[in-house]
Amino acid sequence: MPTGEHRPPPHGRFQNCTRLSRSRIFAALVAACLVASCSGAGVLDPQGPVASAERLILLNATAIMLVVVLPVIVLTLAFAWWYRASNARAAYRPDWSYSGRIEFVVWSIPTMVVILLAGVAWTGSHDLDPAHKLQSDVRPIRIEVVSLDWKWLFIYPDEQVAAVNQLVVPTGTPIEFMLTSATVMNSFFVPQLGSQIYTMPGMTTRLNLLAERPGDYPGFSSNFSGDGFSDMRFLVHAVPASEFQSWLARTRDEGSALDAAAYSQLARVGSNAQIQTYSSVDPNLFERIVQQSTGLATSPHKED
Amino acid sequence: MLGKLSWAAIPFDEPIQMAASLMIIVGVLAVLSLITWKGWWTYLWREWLTSVDHKRIGIMYVLLALVMLLRGFTDAIMMRSQQAIAAGGAQGYLPPEHYDQIFSAHGTIMIFFMAMPFIVGLMNFVVPLQLGVRDVAFPVLNAISFWLTASGALLVNMSLVVGEFARTGWLAYPPLSELPFSPGVGVDYYLWALQISGIGTLLAGINMVTTILKLRAPGMTYMRMPVFGWTALASSMLIVAAFPILTATFGMLLLDRYAGMHFFTNDGGGNLMMYINLIWAWGHPEVYILILPAFGIFSEVIATFSGKALFGYRSMVLATLAICVLSFMVWLHHFFTMGAGADVNAVFGIMSMIIAVPTGVKLFNWLFTLYRGRIRFEVPVLWAIGFMVTFVIGGLTGVLMAVPPVDFVLHNSLFLVAHFHNVIIGGVVFGVMAGYNYWFPKAFGFTLDKRLGAVSFWCWLIGFYLAFMPLYALGLLGMTRRMQHYADMSWQPYLIVAAVGAVVILGGIAATIAQLVVSIRTRESRRDPTGDPWSGRTLEWSTTSPPPAYNFAVLPRVESLDAFWGMKQRGPVVPAERYESIKMPMNSANGFVTAFFAVVTGFALIWHIWWMAILGLACAGLTLLAFGWIERGDHEVSDEQLANAERARLRRMDPA
Repeated sequence: MPTGEHRPPPHGRFQNCTRLSRSRIFAALVAACLVASCSGAGVLDPQGPVASAERLILLNATAIMLVVVLPVIVLTLAFAWWYRASNARAAYRPDWSYSGRIEFVVWSIPTMVVILLAGVAWTGSHDLDPAHKLQSDVRPIRIEVVSLDWKWLFIYPDEQVAAVNQLVVPTGTPIEFMLTSATVMNSFFVPQLGSQIYTMPGMTTRLNLLAERPGDYPGFSSNFSGDGFSDMRFLVHAVPASEFQSWLARTRDEGSALDAAAYSQLARVGSNAQIQTYSSVDPNLFERIVQQSTGLATSPHKED
Repeated sequence: MLGKLSWAAIPFDEPIQMAASLMIIVGVLAVLSLITWKGWWTYLWREWLTSVDHKRIGIMYVLLALVMLLRGFTDAIMMRSQQAIAAGGAQGYLPPEHYDQIFSAHGTIMIFFMAMPFIVGLMNFVVPLQLGVRDVAFPVLNAISFWLTASGALLVNMSLVVGEFARTGWLAYPPLSELPFSPGVGVDYYLWALQISGIGTLLAGINMVTTILKLRAPGMTYMRMPVFGWTALASSMLIVAAFPILTATFGMLLLDRYAGMHFFTNDGGGNLMMYINLIWAWGHPEVYILILPAFGIFSEVIATFSGKALFGYRSMVLATLAICVLSFMVWLHHFFTMGAGADVNAVFGIMSMIIAVPTGVKLFNWLFTLYRGRIRFEVPVLWAIGFMVTFVIGGLTGVLMAVPPVDFVLHNSLFLVAHFHNVIIGGVVFGVMAGYNYWFPKAFGFTLDKRLGAVSFWCWLIGFYLAFMPLYALGLLGMTRRMQHYADMSWQPYLIVAAVGAVVILGGIAATIAQLVVSIRTRESRRDPTGDPWSGRTLEWSTTSPPPAYNFAVLPRVESLDAFWGMKQRGPVVPAERYESIKMPMNSANGFVTAFFAVVTGFALIWHIWWMAILGLACAGLTLLAFGWIERGDHEVSDEQLANAERARLRRMDPA
């Protein structure tokens, strides 16, 4: 039943090195000990427009704040040192406790920083709203995501195939995710592609991402969901469109159908992290999971 | 007869848990037999367990906090060591069902039973003294509050020995915390422990608000109140406003679990989003309940040790109240990733950033208090400077995550974990440690060892940076929180550094204990007869150390901000001409007995032992009623006694 794993070779890692170098200066400041290696597949190594935009905002906002934060740190240490009791040369004004001018400046500086950041937050929130569809000439692909205990089910409703714990996507194509959970709350997150979003039982969330370059990008649940949580990982294989088509064809040929029996087998509690594909899938499965009408009770994590 | 309770509740097959249980039992037995052997029971009962003195209760809160710090830190060390080794295919030494309990207990204990009692204890001890009054508004209620908090702590620790603790994280998000997914007693331990201690906290908040609003020394107008008093007021008002939300939220989850209701379940029309909104409507004010008094402590410490009045007092008060109000308008930033939509996310993101304005103002004002001061580097000021440097970094990362698109990639990551430890350790823990070193001589009449205090500070500071800077980096590398093991080997070096940091912090805790032991043993040489070891500015330093039960023989007359500083400027202390007798409340066993029955009730409810629950609840109710009914006279301190005590005090201060 499980089909062979498909792993395209990773591309473009070395180009990313130079892309990263400018941001490294900032990264080092954000987290003093971070010397992000090029293979470090995190949010500072974006592979799509959403993640790139988010990294830019992250770096800009950090830089804006450092303009105030660094002087405050330096001044704190400088004042503490210079005005130590043993320093006879330092001035001492025990009753000086008010200055209207200083008060004005003191309220103005953080206010201005916050106004600037508020602008960043407002435009950023709207441009990068997870439900906001991405602009592109390429026809988007729809993918339905279901979090289970403790694995991920990816349904391609238009292509009528499904996969577990592996997400094959064509590069350069906007991906429209519809997400839900058949169990407790999880969060769907692929750091190199950008925004995460919660998956919640009985509800649907939406997320729009795009992978620019071919490669393997780790994804996982970032909201604790029980004992098997740590293994709730998957890999995103971003492949060129032609390769994606051949993956679809292979999957249709090889796998078995995701019918009611197969789904109830899959939904059983456990973290069998095997990658698996299905040659066909009930087109209404996702909707039935959202409506909680799959016939399966919400599964308990423990049988005792 | 015994509900779900059976021998299976004792984890005989889990060596780590059994060892921990055994250590707790042996420890408790050792303490109890020491007390019995030394014949301390009468003293303990009369002077502490039934005390309604706000100072004694404050000290007991702090003691509880220090003990629970050890428990919470044990969890922390276990988590750090687990993550340092569980890389690649390795599973470490803690299986998921144990590891999940540990991180849940760590968060729960550190917030509810370490940080909260520490803060409430310091407020309890200091506020009446600073306001120049003799006790809080409701002394017996104060004792009840403390003992209910202690009951909650006891229940959480009982879960280690009998049964299990929650495996759902420190906020127990449903549906994971609902019956189908968490059928064990762990979540029930969590819920009942927090319900009981939550009532205690609410009562403490009401008491503190009433005290500050209604009882102040003559002449102490609002604008002459020390800044710590203001922050205590703001924090207590937040307690009064926020804790009922917590109680109601947990109440609904309990109804789901016990009565088959559907507030937050997957089925039956329940909705988990409601719980997450409600819990953060409490949870965000909660972080300001903790940090505001810490800000107050730093204000006192920085002004005192700079030998200067606090810069921008009015700004400080305004900023405190601004934070107090704003803290209720930002809760949604804890779940930008729930898909609320751009407008909602942006508004809450911007509201969150606005809190940075009053907080920034506070930092600048501390900076200008240092400016042209004469800073004496005693231990409290070390914590304060360490705080200022560390907290701005935590503030930066906090505002960063208030930008929704940034939160989309950092939510729930170790970057978040590093951020909130940065503000909670760098802010709250540094604050309470400053307050502990600052007010200890007031509480006990002798100072703490300076050298060991400095060792403790440097261990904490260096340990903090070692433990949490790697977590910031890991968050950016894409590591999420609460992982029992992970596949990416490149994360391991960072986690090893973090584990080393935790060990350094352990050194800091050991130094704190050593400091206490050494200081007690050398107390005769470090006595402070003046009651004012730091050249203080506020009224708590105007009375003896330790203060008499009635705090002040004559209530001080306040004529300015920094009342005691003003008094000292006006001339030496002279004995009052006339003393009026004082009525002080009698001790009461009400708190201790009520809390005992609260523990019984909580334990019975956790294990579904219904008869015991009803009995416990009835007894707790009857205790409250009975004690409320009994007319107990106050005991009087006569004017003669007061005059003698004052004469003795002035002689000690100035033997000539």
